[in-house]
Amino acid sequence: MELSGGEILIRCLKDEGVDYLFGYPGGAVLHIYDALYQQEDVNHILVRHEQAATHAADGYARATGKPGVVLVTSGPGATNAVTGIATAFMDSIPMVVITGQVPSANIGSDAFQEVDSVGITRPCVKHNFLVKDINKLAETVKKAFYVATTGRPGPVVIDVPKDITDPAIKIPYNYPDKVTMRSYQPTMKGHTGQIKRAIELLLTAKKPMIYTGGGVVLGNASDELRTFVRQLGYPVTTTLMGLGSFPASDPQFLGMLGMHGTYEANMAMHGCDVLIAIGARFDDRVTGKIAEFCPDAEIIHIDIDPSSISKTIVVDVPIVGDVATVLQEMNHLLKTSKKQPQKKAVEAWWQTINSWRAKNCMTYDHHSDKIKPQAAIELLHEITNGDAYVTSDVGQHQMWAAQYYGFEKPNRWINSGGLGTMGFGLPAAMGVQLAFPDETVVCVTGEGSIQMCIQELSTCLQYGLPIKIIALNNRYLGMVRQWQEFFYENRYSHSYMESLPDFVKLTESYGHVGMRVERPEDLKPMMEKAFAMKDRLVFMDIVTDQAENVYPMIMAGKAHNEMHMSPNCELPQSPERELS
Amino acid sequence: MRHIISILIENEAGALSRVAGLFSARGYNIESLTVAPTEDPSLSRMTIVTTGTERIVEQIIKQLNKLIDVVKLLELTDGPHIEREMMLIKVKASTMAQREDVKRLADIFRGNIIDVSPTIFTIELTGSGDKLDSFIDSLAEHKILETVRSGASGIARGDKCLHV
Repeated sequence: MELSGGEILIRCLKDEGVDYLFGYPGGAVLHIYDALYQQEDVNHILVRHEQAATHAADGYARATGKPGVVLVTSGPGATNAVTGIATAFMDSIPMVVITGQVPSANIGSDAFQEVDSVGITRPCVKHNFLVKDINKLAETVKKAFYVATTGRPGPVVIDVPKDITDPAIKIPYNYPDKVTMRSYQPTMKGHTGQIKRAIELLLTAKKPMIYTGGGVVLGNASDELRTFVRQLGYPVTTTLMGLGSFPASDPQFLGMLGMHGTYEANMAMHGCDVLIAIGARFDDRVTGKIAEFCPDAEIIHIDIDPSSISKTIVVDVPIVGDVATVLQEMNHLLKTSKKQPQKKAVEAWWQTINSWRAKNCMTYDHHSDKIKPQAAIELLHEITNGDAYVTSDVGQHQMWAAQYYGFEKPNRWINSGGLGTMGFGLPAAMGVQLAFPDETVVCVTGEGSIQMCIQELSTCLQYGLPIKIIALNNRYLGMVRQWQEFFYENRYSHSYMESLPDFVKLTESYGHVGMRVERPEDLKPMMEKAFAMKDRLVFMDIVTDQAENVYPMIMAGKAHNEMHMSPNCELPQSPERELS
Repeated sequence: MRHIISILIENEAGALSRVAGLFSARGYNIESLTVAPTEDPSLSRMTIVTTGTERIVEQIIKQLNKLIDVVKLLELTDGPHIEREMMLIKVKASTMAQREDVKRLADIFRGNIIDVSPTIFTIELTGSGDKLDSFIDSLAEHKILETVRSGASGIARGDKCLHV
């Protein structure tokens, strides 16, 4: 069978099992789009902006665990995609992005719609390729999928000059079953000696703590984690990216840690004597002040990426390997071990933790005549039975969704944690809804973020995506406003938006249902009504309390035991050092 | 602390920029970098001289290893190794006295005069970076017109080899 380059590309995607391709056509990819037109296996989703194509593919990948695939044209098509590529890179999301390029002979001549896509994307991809020979096209695609999905996953860009896809040039098609690369062989199995050392250390712990991250979700290791945590009986916290990898309702779960983590999780981090980090990377939003991070703890770290280990925090027992594989081995060792956890000491530790928990750090004003954003999220949990796929944008609403939704399952909380990309939520929700047409998909957003990719309401109509948009509208860029209140003496420089659109009319003009909620008592009936419309996209413009802040909060550069608390909480609002 | 990292990297377009980009993006120091294909034309050998604390150099090595094009690497400064750098240096030598002195210094340092004009000597000198520095210092009385240094290349002593 002889195929042109364009046909080869699409055929490779089919053979790779790709069902959705998110893209936007343009000059350099016209041959590929022509090949796409003449087949039915790969479904193309036409977005309204290339950034949305990458976010949609990213959302699809986060929800399904399969790589998201994108096709964009050269020049502005590629540069528009960069934000989405960087977003996926920071959160280690498997993605393959095909960018068109000007014909090989024109590269470097400042041709129309030419940019150095390989150069521009280099710092924000796991790897990228420029295809120079049609005979290497299929192999390059195979390599791209292999690199994107194995080891620590990440986005891979394939830059394809237009002449490579010329329909006049056909070659025999042969998609390799597998590729090996001498320069890329990720370590899966952890070092057995180190694993044994880790178990021994864990069993000596008097004040243990388990800190897990997005690696548990990406590595599909939630079951193994559950077994591990239950066998040990130790407290567990997750990062923003790890939410759902351990059930939020489980009594051993202390909630999220870090800048907006719970009092009990952060205090337990500060006080622990043995910490095990699992698929987490000690991000600055998690660690706070490095010099005072877990001051008394010996630290074990499991990560598939050796460069994550001892990058910011030096650890005592590093284990490089796939989280699920390592946890399986650990669970087996624990099961067969003669030694037991330090029962009495751990019980006392739990008592301390429960006394922190009893301070109820997440409480908020339940009697306000304004809609409290926290209440909106709690209601969302109730109405969706805590079982929805929730995407978010970036800012206060993102933190409230993370704090108050209570994720029970992995892959259901989909947000841009590392890069913090506003505009991510709606297109990501499109990817999730396409992957799971029968599931409830919610985009929690703000009036600021939603306007960064609002044009995708049009895509949602074209493909009949019944996403529910929960916009917490406080007429402020809330997180910016919060920092300006705390650190800039209430000088709200450009964090206030005048001339907001009428979101109801806007949504209606895109062919969907819009609702505006202004009073707390209307929230529940309106939200019920919105979720009852199973086959319609509903935009809920919820007018919330402008002054609400996200608490608890560790100010940048402060330690875990220096949290600022909500005024509604019984703890002192400004941090008093509690030495545990 | 000065470290020499030796890398075997796929001889692909853009491989050098991946390494150079890594150093600039992460704010690592780079003192010199040399690269050329090996006896196997699909592989290039790169020598990077960098400075940093043990922790930083450990991160540099991990980050380099993470680059998909990097096949293997070795920190030469971990063990006994040989380091060489080549310099071409143009020195003004117009008077008889100058010509004799420059020739004498080149001989002491075991350099070769590889080009001569009525007023200029061009000298080729190979050795460690220190030796090249010393040679430049010793030419203090003379007018140096131009220097070209290759940056260090290195290889481990004895049985230790960096190969695929």
